[in-house]
Amino acid sequence: MQTIDLAQTTLRDLNATLQAQNGQTNATAWEITNPRGSHALAVGLDAPIEVTVKGSTGYYTAGMNKQATVTVKGSAGPGVAENMMSGTVIIEGDASQYAGATGNGGLLVIKGNASSRCGISMKGIDIVVYGSIGHMSAFMAQSGNLVVMGDAGDALGDSLYEARLFVRGSVKSLGADCIQKEMRPEHIAILQDLLTRAGSDAKPEEFKRYGSARQLYNFNIDNASAY
Amino acid sequence: MCGIVGLFLKDRSLEPKLGEMLTSMLITMTDRGPDSAGIAIYGSDAEGSGKLTVQSDQADQDFATLAADLGAAIGSSVTLSRKDTHAILTVKADQIEAARAALARVRPGVRVMSAGESIEIYKEVGLPKDVAARFEVSAMSGRHGIGHTRMATESAITTMGAHPFSTGMDQCLVHNGSMSNHNTLRRELKREGMTFATENDTEVAAAWLSHKLAQGVELGDALRAGLDVLDGFYTFVVGTKDGFGVVRDPIACKPAVMAETDQYVAFGSEYRALVDLPGIENARVWEPEPATVYFWKH
Amino acid sequence: MKDETQKAIPQTVPRQSATYSQEINSEIRRAAATGIYDIRGGGAKRKLPHFDDLLFLGASISRYPLEGYRERCDTKVVLGTRFAKKPITLDIPITIAGMSFGALSGAAKESLGRGATLSGTSTTTGDGGMTPEERGHSKTLVYQYLPSRYGMNPDDLRRADAIELVVGQGAKPGGGGMLLGQKISDRVAKMRNLPKGIDQRSACRHPDWTGPDDLEIKILEIREITGWEKPIYVKIGGARPYYDTTLAVKAGADVVVIDGMQGGTAATQDVFIEHVGQPTLAALPQAVKALQDMGMHRKVQLICSGGIRTGADVAKALALGADAVAIGTAALIALGDNDPRLEAEYQKLGTTAGAYDDWHEGKDPAGITTQDPELAARLDPVQAGRRLANYLKVMTLEAQTIARACGKNHVHNLEPEDLCALTLEAAAMAGVPLAGTSWIPGRGNF
Repeated sequence: MQTIDLAQTTLRDLNATLQAQNGQTNATAWEITNPRGSHALAVGLDAPIEVTVKGSTGYYTAGMNKQATVTVKGSAGPGVAENMMSGTVIIEGDASQYAGATGNGGLLVIKGNASSRCGISMKGIDIVVYGSIGHMSAFMAQSGNLVVMGDAGDALGDSLYEARLFVRGSVKSLGADCIQKEMRPEHIAILQDLLTRAGSDAKPEEFKRYGSARQLYNFNIDNASAY
Repeated sequence: MCGIVGLFLKDRSLEPKLGEMLTSMLITMTDRGPDSAGIAIYGSDAEGSGKLTVQSDQADQDFATLAADLGAAIGSSVTLSRKDTHAILTVKADQIEAARAALARVRPGVRVMSAGESIEIYKEVGLPKDVAARFEVSAMSGRHGIGHTRMATESAITTMGAHPFSTGMDQCLVHNGSMSNHNTLRRELKREGMTFATENDTEVAAAWLSHKLAQGVELGDALRAGLDVLDGFYTFVVGTKDGFGVVRDPIACKPAVMAETDQYVAFGSEYRALVDLPGIENARVWEPEPATVYFWKH
Repeated sequence: MKDETQKAIPQTVPRQSATYSQEINSEIRRAAATGIYDIRGGGAKRKLPHFDDLLFLGASISRYPLEGYRERCDTKVVLGTRFAKKPITLDIPITIAGMSFGALSGAAKESLGRGATLSGTSTTTGDGGMTPEERGHSKTLVYQYLPSRYGMNPDDLRRADAIELVVGQGAKPGGGGMLLGQKISDRVAKMRNLPKGIDQRSACRHPDWTGPDDLEIKILEIREITGWEKPIYVKIGGARPYYDTTLAVKAGADVVVIDGMQGGTAATQDVFIEHVGQPTLAALPQAVKALQDMGMHRKVQLICSGGIRTGADVAKALALGADAVAIGTAALIALGDNDPRLEAEYQKLGTTAGAYDDWHEGKDPAGITTQDPELAARLDPVQAGRRLANYLKVMTLEAQTIARACGKNHVHNLEPEDLCALTLEAAAMAGVPLAGTSWIPGRGNF
């Protein structure tokens, strides 16, 4: 375990040190202390390393992550794991808006709640939220899975493409072109796998699935108010 | 476009430290607003007295005999306590309006930052740390306070363009975001007799709320009504004599984090602003919901 | 008798309404028939005050000109000197603007890369990610960071020579867009992670930040991912250029790109193209003034785009304070877009050479704005790249000719005082005097 104390080290040196592991294949463990809500921590990583941030973080933690496992022992600010490619990001507390935005792959686990626009424009990432999510979540979500054990806020899945949304609690309202869909065995299997990987023992059968009605896929004037 | 911090104390033993806590929070928000900074402090008001916070770019000249001149003009005693370019004029509570009117005559160049029984506003152009140091904010005590760091978008970087804006007795408002119908609202409010010191969008929001309050509308109701009238992107934090409130627009893109413990309620545009607060590790931390009014009262 | 009287009464000729012109009426009928607003490519087609309304004051006795071809007139530009560890150097002050693979065929993107590389300048990706063809054939490649983030990934970010954070576009400041399903081919669908054949909706705001205070943090993140090496451009549409330039600089941009309303787009509503934004001639001086007011002119470099067609346009943009210009539509024309040789095919599409703007439909007879393999095969990237290089060469020579005539040993030494305006509008917008007078109508920011 190697420790980087942000009270002693600059953000640039922190990220340069972690990024210098890029291309390495040896798993090593790193601990970051005194994050104090700093932005852009552990961004652009590309190695199977384990990074634990001891405290809460600011914007864009673990942005564009590849391979690495980044754990935040606190809450994360806006845009955590934005555009993640692969690897795992775990937030023990809450996540602010835009969690997992535009993510292409990997797994984002939020143990607390996520606020608005969780999974906005997601492109293949899997997101598992133990708590609830805020409004406009999964807006224009293209692919991947968003799992919510609590409730979802207003306009869930507005202008959704092919992403799958699983919500156990209530949904305040569905966005344009987002509908509830049948939970078939293959969805139960996908969900079970995600819950297991996220360390949850929640029952897939308790969730409802939401997806795109695909009515906005090609422009139709009768849908204009939905655009 | 800016950084906001706010602190509402439940535990009165923290009151002597309010300025110190707010200063540290304010400086943390420098990146979000390097152009100017300001702070509104609500002290424990002395019974029956009122205060005008005034500002002058020629403070030496303007403040030298101001207390005596103003006292003569209103026929009552006025005391003056100066802090850099600002001064607090203390008068009897029922003479605040008279003192304000007289001030415009005896010192036309002096600008009123706030008026009320409790509120004091200090704001200037410059980095938050420099602004806080000039006014010795860290030595101030109070029951609640709001600070703001500004990154100007469309209106000028001036003292009067800095936040907080105060457009009514003991009221203040700070803003992060950018409004889109303030010019129309300004014209309407001017017809209603409101006056404006700047071209700033935030001042219009503050004046609109003050106008509602002057009509007898409760602050919470006024903020809720504002959601239908004020267009654009905003997180507002407002202060009154008794408390403070928070509201975000329905789209709620501009960041906002709140924390509550038995000792305080705190607001920050980013979590960074809250990290040094006592007991923050165990505080309830959350983000205010869109189009939802939050308000705390002593 | 009655008939004869009638014959004797002069008849007024049928009069077309200026308000309800044939063009407007045809659009009303089209809207009534389809219920869909008109979506098209290209930029503003209406007549706007432009660089053509400015003239240079050549040297004579009071100023001395340089000898053409013999006395040096430099054209080199360095971009990204503010924070980037690796600024980029271009041989000429003309760059290729961002145009997506998706909107353009792979061969068209390759042509742009080839032409730009031959000319010692940069080309730019677009809303669709970076293709190997483009990276492979572009010596200097600017990678656009857009709201959609199609194909965005850290490896391409690091493969880029500069990163352009796109906030707005001159054709549609404040707008997103919609690319109709015809162009979402298998490859485009895969790059964008979309189902094939659907309309692609582009967001108008970035998904994870809003406003300059957030933008500053977004720029920090991109710099941290790329080791502070790459110049970060911020591209804005010419709607509120004074404020937006100021805020881009405050947020930490190395380079500002100001795109006026003649700037093209792959596809957006006609109403946006023709009715939102300011002409390039008006937008540029406001961006320059913002930089000057901050003491950042030439420290943060400024690229101007939107209707740049000739070396005279280049010279005029530089004289007004730009460090470089970018071309998009003109580059496509150099590749072969709207060529009269294809007139018969344009007629079949219900249009005519020069007016073809349904770029989003993917039926481009020139094989440029299409994903149809047969049409795309019509474009030879080597020859098209050569045409683009030739055209860039001509524009550069023209700009140098003007600069030398004004006595400058570098095109960047052209200044507004080397210009006069032919019209009141141009004088007011450009902030240069009306020809023959010392009058500059109108001053101030908005």
